[in-house]
Amino acid sequence: MWRTTVRGLLAHKLRLALSGLAIVLGVAFVSGTMIFTDTLSRTFTSLFESTSNDVGVTRATAFEAGFDSPGGSASFLPSSLVEQIAAVDGVAAAEGYVQAEGVYVLDRSGDVRDTGGAPGVGVSWFEDEDLSPSTLTEGRAPRDEGEVALDSGTVEAAGYEVGDTVTLLTPGPRVEAEVVGVFTFGESGGLAGASLTAFDLATAQSLLGAGDGLTGVDVLAEDGRSDAQVRDAVAAAVGSEYEVRTAAEQADDQTAALQDSLSFINVFLLVFAGVALFVGSFIILNTFSMLVAQRTRELALLRALGAGRAQVTRSVLLEALVLGLLGATVGLGAGFGIATALRVLFGRFGLTLDGSLVLDASTVGWSYAVGVVVTLLAAYLPARRAARTPPVAAMRDDHVAVEKSLRRRTALGAVLAVVGVAALVSGAATDDGSDAASLVGLGSVALVLAAIALSPVLARPFVRVVGAVLPRVWGTTGRLARENALRNPRRTAATASALMVGLALVSAFTVIGASTNASVDRLVGSALSADFVVSTAVGQPFTPAVADDLREVDGVDAVMQERFGAAQFDGTESFFAAVDPATLDRTLRLDYAAGGTDGLQGDGLLVDEPTAQTRGWSVGDVVRAVLPTGDRVALTLGGVYATNQAVGPYVMSLETHAATGGTPLDRYVYVDVDDDADLGAVRSQMAEAVATYPVVDLKDKEEFAEEQRAQVAQLLLLINALLVLSVIIAVLGIVNTLALSVIERTREIGLLRAVGLSRAQLRRMVRLESVVISVYGAALGLALGTVFGVSLTRALAGQGIEVLVVPGTRLAAFLLVGAVIGVLAAVWPARRAARLQVLDAIAAH
Amino acid sequence: MIPSQQASHDGSAAGVPAARGLALSKVYGSGDTEVVALDGVDVTFPRGQFTAIMGPSGSGKSTLMHCMAGLDALTSGQAWIGDTELTGLDDKRLTRLRRDQVGFVFQAFNLLPTLTALENITLPMDIAGRTPDQQWLDRVVDAVGLRPRLGHRPSELSGGQQQRVACARALASRPDVVFADEPTGNLDSRSGAAVLGFLRMSVRELGQTVVMVTHDPAAASYAGRVLFLADGRIVDEMTSPTADRVLERMKAFDGVRTSVEP
Repeated sequence: MWRTTVRGLLAHKLRLALSGLAIVLGVAFVSGTMIFTDTLSRTFTSLFESTSNDVGVTRATAFEAGFDSPGGSASFLPSSLVEQIAAVDGVAAAEGYVQAEGVYVLDRSGDVRDTGGAPGVGVSWFEDEDLSPSTLTEGRAPRDEGEVALDSGTVEAAGYEVGDTVTLLTPGPRVEAEVVGVFTFGESGGLAGASLTAFDLATAQSLLGAGDGLTGVDVLAEDGRSDAQVRDAVAAAVGSEYEVRTAAEQADDQTAALQDSLSFINVFLLVFAGVALFVGSFIILNTFSMLVAQRTRELALLRALGAGRAQVTRSVLLEALVLGLLGATVGLGAGFGIATALRVLFGRFGLTLDGSLVLDASTVGWSYAVGVVVTLLAAYLPARRAARTPPVAAMRDDHVAVEKSLRRRTALGAVLAVVGVAALVSGAATDDGSDAASLVGLGSVALVLAAIALSPVLARPFVRVVGAVLPRVWGTTGRLARENALRNPRRTAATASALMVGLALVSAFTVIGASTNASVDRLVGSALSADFVVSTAVGQPFTPAVADDLREVDGVDAVMQERFGAAQFDGTESFFAAVDPATLDRTLRLDYAAGGTDGLQGDGLLVDEPTAQTRGWSVGDVVRAVLPTGDRVALTLGGVYATNQAVGPYVMSLETHAATGGTPLDRYVYVDVDDDADLGAVRSQMAEAVATYPVVDLKDKEEFAEEQRAQVAQLLLLINALLVLSVIIAVLGIVNTLALSVIERTREIGLLRAVGLSRAQLRRMVRLESVVISVYGAALGLALGTVFGVSLTRALAGQGIEVLVVPGTRLAAFLLVGAVIGVLAAVWPARRAARLQVLDAIAAH
Repeated sequence: MIPSQQASHDGSAAGVPAARGLALSKVYGSGDTEVVALDGVDVTFPRGQFTAIMGPSGSGKSTLMHCMAGLDALTSGQAWIGDTELTGLDDKRLTRLRRDQVGFVFQAFNLLPTLTALENITLPMDIAGRTPDQQWLDRVVDAVGLRPRLGHRPSELSGGQQQRVACARALASRPDVVFADEPTGNLDSRSGAAVLGFLRMSVRELGQTVVMVTHDPAAASYAGRVLFLADGRIVDEMTSPTADRVLERMKAFDGVRTSVEP
């Protein structure tokens, strides 16, 4: 049987190439996604894990604020602590450091380099090389005021060299400094687009507002002492006010925090990998089922000649194994190409992934699992069926493989659909955001599976109805195309399914995106009474000097600073906004159900209605708040307002925020202009004032809304770019199926040509069939995606997406895209069909 | 044998034969592997006649048919269907010629599985976007005796019924000539007889022209004339054949050719 297997493989080169291609595509998609995901995750992990200490000492926080605000608490450690720790038995070295966000290097044109949302971090340079997470590649360490070292990524992007003088924005003043050194951070040098600026300790302390305090103290253990021993010794020496952790503990904490903050990306990439796995497997499954079905007669001949059932099945499996191994190996290589392309794409959006691509063992495992296992499975099922066919029946000319009944699929699909719809409905109705999202996720998965199970059942009526147009417009060619699409509903459905999944996600995100945009518009329109907003593009904190300067501008009526923090309110952790009660009413519109802005004065607290309801609070109640610094305050509830996205669920006064150790950096500054002032003139003066701070932008309401929408648009663009990949793979799957259909129908094509079908008509026939299949996939995907999008939007209603918009025209355009995809996918198979020589085709077996 | 119908779609060509070939030659391969399939064949298929082409395997009978029908290109020589010369026609014109002026019946796989019997019969005209001549279509369908089965798909028809549908399709557009390539090769003798009887009837009563390639003397006996091919040449001709006479003639080939037959 060996020889027949090998001969079989070689005899049909095109068939071999097509099935091999299916495996390569499927595996490449899976491995590319996984490589990229791992690289992304490694970049972030190494960014946070690159500490060189054995033990680290920081200020103890009262609780783990999951959404730790950058800059965190402003409570520094006293410098004296370093001496104290250094004296502890077992400590080889101890050095204090300062670290803060809000330090940006201006490029030569005086603008802040676009970091795509990654922070600009200022640090003090470690004098002890063994403690420093960074390594100098050029020049020397900064030693004095006016000297600075920059990370290599920033230097490259801005085109600076050692010796250049650069301008820096800091949370304090704007300074000029000479670049004395260039360094790489961590082991990979990766910063995920963030910029790192290093000063000597004294300069860092003064620029970052630390006085003579420290952010933390890093410790090296003496040889022979374990990290844990030193940790315990240091902890005993410094007391419970400080948190002492080993390197491993810090890494764990940071990884946990990272998982938290990246959970969205992780979930998305996981979904994407799932889609990849699914689409890849589907293409392989589809292709192999067709191949073995086509060979039924050949296999029957083998059986007639005396080969046993098991031998026939084994021969097919052997062939699949060889192909699967080859395909998976090539696919893994192609996956690198896909991952590289994704990296370039993400780089365009400012998310720079440094270092080499990460090839994890699990990626290799999954690649071969998909390539080999799926191929074997895909080959086994039809091979078993083929082996069961009585040899004589299969060798008869008019043998038609009997289609299995679709009843079981219908039943399974119906059950899944019911489960899916139930989950979606309850998800949309649930108040708790994360529960709702998981329910919607569960429902979506169930519905996708239901759609896959049911798609062969739905294919017939769909193709009948939609296909009714074809004969009317294209006559016989149209009818032949429709009949071809109808003749094997399983194949039509399987081919369409890959496209369906991709388009379902694209449609869902389209609905979510449109709803988010509409919500942003409503937020800006209804919640904002200020004329202008000043903020950085990505919500980074900036110096309060901006607000001070704006107050000086003539015609400005009110300036309100807004800061954010995290706290436990009567035991429940939440983020809060800190605002100025004096100017709140003139800049933001809060719709009070009880109390009012006056209630915010001093140690007042405002909460939104859902919070007041679930906590059972009413105006006048005392709420105890614990800040990450450990400070405790008793706040009096002074007002309850309707949910407002500008401030979130809790609002306290700036006064309280500052008193409890909040970082004195603003996130948003709202400016209201006198009603009788000339808006244009005031604006140009304000623009002048803000020009000194290139990190921040001055925006009017419309521009602010536009900026918010742009962020949504950028995110959607990234998501869609990833999804387009799945659509491309799906298109290649259609090409593959069509090409195989053409091979399968060679004799039919020969007959059609013999009785007078022209080449152009033949091409059109293949094209129309392709269009019918892909429009079917697109329509299913569109329907599913709209349902997902609507459910998810409903489920996220409490998280800021309050308005539901279903952009009909754009969704309808996807149907058109489906048709175009059909036309494109058919180009090659149609050409191949048209090229067949009539005589050869008639004579073919 | 008076044709009851003018056989051609361009009624003026009464004197022109349905198809003819002059000095037809077809050579496959070159050098050592050169095979001469047709070696200067002159042939005429008059209108309203049923011609059978016979000969041992490799005699060139199928090649002759394919070249005459515009399915294969000649190495040299000229061929006409009606008054259309095939030589030099591009693919588009050849396709149109096959569609409008030629009918085909192959040994197997004559019908599209996705279309009903009737749709298969009218397929060439549907492709051309022409409405079939309903009266003619009715005559053909009745003659082939398949009226009750017109709505069935090929998979629901027996092999003999499928070949009869194929014959009806070949005749439905009233072509200049119908080429049948071993039309009964896959059928049992009763179904075969029905198909052959129908072909003969279409010539005698409907005035059609049929050229049939076969290796079965009994099938050939349905024709009005038999051409014998050997080594790419027409070596003999027989009118009003009977199965026995044809068999006798073929035996003569066997005697000559056994040594070269594979």
